Amino acid sequence: MSERLVEVEVLRYNPETDSEPHFQRYSVSCEEEWVVLDALNHVKETIDPTLSYRWSCHMAVCGSCGMMINGEPKLACKAFLRNYEGVIRVEPLAHFPIERDLVTVIDDFVSKLARVKPYLIPKEDKPLSAGEYRQTPAQLKKYKQYTLCINCMLCYSACPEYGLIPKYIGPAALSLAHRYNADSRDGGREERAQEVAATEGVWDCSFVGACSEVCPEHVDPASAIQQEKIANMVDWYKEHLMPGGAK
Amino acid sequence: METIQTDVAIIGAGGAGLRAAIAVGETDPKLRIALISKVYPMRSHTCAAEGGAAGVIKPDDSLENHFNDTVGGGDWLCDQDAVDYLVQEAPRELIQLEHWGCPWSREPNGSVAVRPFGGMIKQRTWFAADKSGFHILHTLFQTSLKFPSIQRFDEYYVTDLIVDDGRCQGLTAIEMRSGQMRQFQARAVIIAGGGAGRMFPFTTNGAIKTGDGMALAYRAGVALKDMEFVQYHPTGLPNTGTLLTEACRGEGGILLNKNGRRFLQDYGMGPETPVGKPQLKTMELGPRDRVSQAFWHEQKKGNMLPTQWGDCMLLDMRHLGEKAINERLPLVRDVTTSYLGVDPVTDPVPVRPVVHYMMGGIDTNIRAATPLAGLFAAGECACVSINGANRLGSNSLTEILVFGRRAGLSAAEYVRSGARPGNDAALAAKATAAQARIRARFEKTGGKESVAALRKEMMTTMERNAGIYRSGDGLSEACVKLGELRHRYAEVELTDKTNVYNTDLLQALELGSMLDCAEAVAASALARKESRGAHQRLDFVERDDKSFLRHSLAYYHPTDPPRVEYRDVVITKSQPGVRDYSGDHQ
Repeated sequence: MSERLVEVEVLRYNPETDSEPHFQRYSVSCEEEWVVLDALNHVKETIDPTLSYRWSCHMAVCGSCGMMINGEPKLACKAFLRNYEGVIRVEPLAHFPIERDLVTVIDDFVSKLARVKPYLIPKEDKPLSAGEYRQTPAQLKKYKQYTLCINCMLCYSACPEYGLIPKYIGPAALSLAHRYNADSRDGGREERAQEVAATEGVWDCSFVGACSEVCPEHVDPASAIQQEKIANMVDWYKEHLMPGGAK
Repeated sequence: METIQTDVAIIGAGGAGLRAAIAVGETDPKLRIALISKVYPMRSHTCAAEGGAAGVIKPDDSLENHFNDTVGGGDWLCDQDAVDYLVQEAPRELIQLEHWGCPWSREPNGSVAVRPFGGMIKQRTWFAADKSGFHILHTLFQTSLKFPSIQRFDEYYVTDLIVDDGRCQGLTAIEMRSGQMRQFQARAVIIAGGGAGRMFPFTTNGAIKTGDGMALAYRAGVALKDMEFVQYHPTGLPNTGTLLTEACRGEGGILLNKNGRRFLQDYGMGPETPVGKPQLKTMELGPRDRVSQAFWHEQKKGNMLPTQWGDCMLLDMRHLGEKAINERLPLVRDVTTSYLGVDPVTDPVPVRPVVHYMMGGIDTNIRAATPLAGLFAAGECACVSINGANRLGSNSLTEILVFGRRAGLSAAEYVRSGARPGNDAALAAKATAAQARIRARFEKTGGKESVAALRKEMMTTMERNAGIYRSGDGLSEACVKLGELRHRYAEVELTDKTNVYNTDLLQALELGSMLDCAEAVAASALARKESRGAHQRLDFVERDDKSFLRHSLAYYHPTDPPRVEYRDVVITKSQPGVRDYSGDHQ
């Protein structure tokens, strides 16, 4: 196993002892196949037990370890050291308040997620005894990619609108609203429209597409948001321009 | 100390905890629910389960088949009344998930698709590609947002149960963000804290799986049942331990030794079946304990492939083709390609057995109740037992749903039956004592032990002595060593003595949980002088139904090793027999 000495520069901030954030540099002896998370774990175990960050699965599915790595939002468990030269700078995800070190406060996302009603509002009620709703593979495919969101927050960090307009509901929550709107079993689009079709909903998105570029699960939030914009526009025309405001 | 009043407190917000919370919410919207977890719900390790959930749905299958596969797979250590309940409730629960929006994979006609899994005689594993646990977790989490009665306490670490008047009446927890201790006064408590795979150095388990829920019950006097049964999943990535689902083999992947031989045929799981045409319940679709044990024997014979990460076998999926791999096993391809640099479309993947699941856990009955009034448990932290000596793949996702719901119903019923009001002063005094214990650990100076060093010694001990094959000598050594580590644990001094999101403190507390669980594993394994399922003794190679067709029950002692007692297995209709995974009998 070949080893390499990696310089990692980590943003540190402890609200109890620091007046402002600062960088701390660690020299870490790393194995070639490691990811940035392995380097942080090595620091925590052998150099500095006070370093704080979130992580769990180490396989890019729990969504805990989002952070800025050399200025880009990444999952630390999927940021391979082999892709970086020189000093690697690690910071907490942009656009979120820092709780401590690399740990951010994500209350804003958590409350926005609940607001878009990200759960099935059935088009027709069906008792469990009647079995499953039928859904063809083609119908499944229409929304499947939007189910893959791991709530890692990378898209919020990348989104310039969210940085400017904190009220913006943002890519992940809107994608999850779209995920249910696009599900053949669901009839809740109107209920979600209050949040999704509002100014702070899809209309705040300026279609930069940064969210889709950084998404580790290829959810493509930008496409979800555009589809919602189109659907909402069609709704608006139907309501205002069609005779009798037919739906 | 701030006190939070609630009706049902739930510890853990993974699949079992969320399912329990929803069950309470549906039963009675007036009941207040506190859902407490050391992580946000979507970070829970349910998200890492890949293959799927077993439930009888297709016309060629039957509840009896699922029952027999489970009981035989568990080497007859399962409680058969509990298995009956599991298989009966499973289809309903899986349909319920579908009604809540779970994106199960489908047949062309729109019905739910099933796939083959190890040790199952029929195809009955519901799946959502190879991210089944992830989708179950997110479906439950998102559905839980509908219930205003569920109040979440995300990133709260529970330190102690509060037991008074012979009943569990709440708990104490540290709010990570502030470092402050809170008392939860609850009329019933459900533990759904997950497994403890992190006791071992090489595991599929995420960092959070440190046995905290098990340790809470154990220290409160509830036995940990069948803790000696630790499941090794045959196919982990050799460097990181990341899981490669059994569905790799369900879809037709084969296992080879370094000579290219499908060696499972030499270990009672033959004869060889045609490549790409997997036959149920034999060869690569044998149960996990047998496959992992076969690896061990081949390794002893020098038939495994030496790699920089230790000896490996090869998981060959090339014949499945790129299209099938992308559709049915996308995560597997992503994981092997990015973490190991091996693309399963073009190359066989080196793999080795990895610690995956605890069959044992908190002693519960078929109602998900522990012997302690007011305390319930479900999921991997509990032992009902439906898994016996070896869990079949795809039964655990079903278990978190069926018994998660059951725990919620039982807790709601218990609360509504009118448990007497607690003695506030007595409860507050116990909470204060718990706080003092944590504060002493927090403030300790002059200690000479570190969390990282003790944790490493524990892991090394477990891997060396409590692995796939065990011996009396090795287990005795482990018991002594773990006793010593528990003693030295008192001497741990924290480096970080600040309050906000203190992971140094968190890891110290998690180590305490793991040491307690590890001691229960080692003591129960030493006492079980037979080989059954995942517990294989080199010095007692046969199954011994006369002495050990019984559950082990390990009871905590603050300073001494655990006391191990036994209870008979519940047998209703299937007498212990021979586990036959040869293709011949089918």
